[in-house]
Amino acid sequence: MIPALEISGLSATLANGARVLRSVSLTVEPGEVRALVGESGAGKSMIGKAVLGVLPPSVRIAEGRIGLEGTDLGDLSAKARRALIGAKTALIPQDPLTALNPSRRIGPQTTDRLTKILGWDGTRADARIRQLLDEVQIRDPERVLRSYPHELSGGMRQRVLIAAAFAAEPRLIVADEPTTALDVTVQKQILRLIAALQREHGTAILFVTHDLGVVAKISQKVTVLYAGKVVEEADTPALFADPKHPYTRALMAATPKYTDPFASLKPVDEAVLAGLATEIAAADRDWRAPHG
Amino acid sequence: MADPMFSVRGLKVALPDMARKPAFGSAPKIEILKGLDFDLPRHQVTGIVGESGSGKSTLGRALVRLLEPSEGAVTFDGRDITHLPEGELRPLRRDLQMIFQDPMSSLNPRRTIGAIIAAPLRQNGMAGNLAGRVAEALRRVGLPENFAKRYRHELSGGQRQRVGIARALALAPKFVLADEIVSGLDVSTQAQILTLLEKLASEMGLTVAFISHDLSVIRRLCKQVIVMRHGQIVEAGPTDKIFAAPRDAYTRELIAAIPLPEIDAGWLGERQGKEAV
Repeated sequence: MIPALEISGLSATLANGARVLRSVSLTVEPGEVRALVGESGAGKSMIGKAVLGVLPPSVRIAEGRIGLEGTDLGDLSAKARRALIGAKTALIPQDPLTALNPSRRIGPQTTDRLTKILGWDGTRADARIRQLLDEVQIRDPERVLRSYPHELSGGMRQRVLIAAAFAAEPRLIVADEPTTALDVTVQKQILRLIAALQREHGTAILFVTHDLGVVAKISQKVTVLYAGKVVEEADTPALFADPKHPYTRALMAATPKYTDPFASLKPVDEAVLAGLATEIAAADRDWRAPHG
Repeated sequence: MADPMFSVRGLKVALPDMARKPAFGSAPKIEILKGLDFDLPRHQVTGIVGESGSGKSTLGRALVRLLEPSEGAVTFDGRDITHLPEGELRPLRRDLQMIFQDPMSSLNPRRTIGAIIAAPLRQNGMAGNLAGRVAEALRRVGLPENFAKRYRHELSGGQRQRVGIARALALAPKFVLADEIVSGLDVSTQAQILTLLEKLASEMGLTVAFISHDLSVIRRLCKQVIVMRHGQIVEAGPTDKIFAAPRDAYTRELIAAIPLPEIDAGWLGERQGKEAV
């Protein structure tokens, strides 16, 4: 089976040569949800941005490849790359308010992608968005399509963006902390929706999150990241049953658990952090940026 | 409750509704807190939990009298502070301290950490041995003394939040309001800050109102909890009892919505019916 996404040996550097991604490899099979979990600065959003071709100009891919359904992005011209990414991928962002243009109605914003990037005609795009709004359980699509973003609640805005992401039947969705800004009851509804749509459409998802609770509920596979380096990769049930890396274990022990309040919320041990620092120093010693 | 730190009766707070403000003239008022009754016990950490818009932060602000209640009574340490004018509140400010959610925006970027911690001490007539008091405040939150010479931007998120705690506790206040103080932090840093607050609360016998949207954190830190929704208290009592047997449907829903870091194939469940826009 050709993976929906295959990243191998991906290293990215800043202008000063510092590595922000350290030989990252991961695969998302068709129809699979892979969680990418880590703390702030781990580089998890950076990987999502690299896949979508929207890295900030200060970050340079120094080495490695990104394959979308078997096509290496590095083999393509910039124009062909943008077209491929546009056709095969979509993003569900963290903050639906900043992702939506405040001065345009929901309707044209969500059909733009279909008409302008994929070349659909307006009627077809409109029908498709209505169908997806129904799938994300929006009862009054007329009203929502005519609304401006500020007229909708946070949960509704996130539903709209989920509908827009699935509308073009992408093969891969990058979901970048899509529930972090939401209340916990709304988060549960949104996770349910993403899971249901993902199953029905058979979409592969790279699900970026800092929350191991969300990882446990939404994903089948998981990659744990620290300082731009993969420290552990496993099937999600296996990771929770038997975490191998000390950092994964520490992260689990730090995650709050109301069922076990006094065994959870443990600060990460200094020895674990020292171990990670050694691991990263060793990885960097062995690595030389190609072309100097 | 015998001699609580706060006694709150029929508390209502109404604020101007800026979304409906006319171009000229004043905005209509909207009632945020709709009649709250509770006591906050001394020397305990009490959790106040609710989702966005529940009124939990407004309640915190009314307790420390950053907001004036529109109705009801707030009694602090035996004294009615409901409508005290600012002049009479000033001597009480020292005993009503706050730790904020975002230490990046609550610490002055142009002043050293030492100056930030010293400012309220000086204002409250505790100017003697300032350097010593600042060093003591830093030591208490696990920061080295030489951090007094640093600036906000030189600190990590967790260290900044420690400074926020040090500043509040330096005054030895009778009451501390902690409003979402760990919600911007990574889980490992969150665990450090909570462990620190837990230790300080028990060592110093602090009275704390701990506002959070996260019931897991409340479960760990707070003996008592108040669950809020739409400006009202839906349930209040000992945290372990409420978790063991929540009486209110909303409390049950809140607890069930927390994704535990455990495999549970049924959690995502069947798709729910359509919800209102």
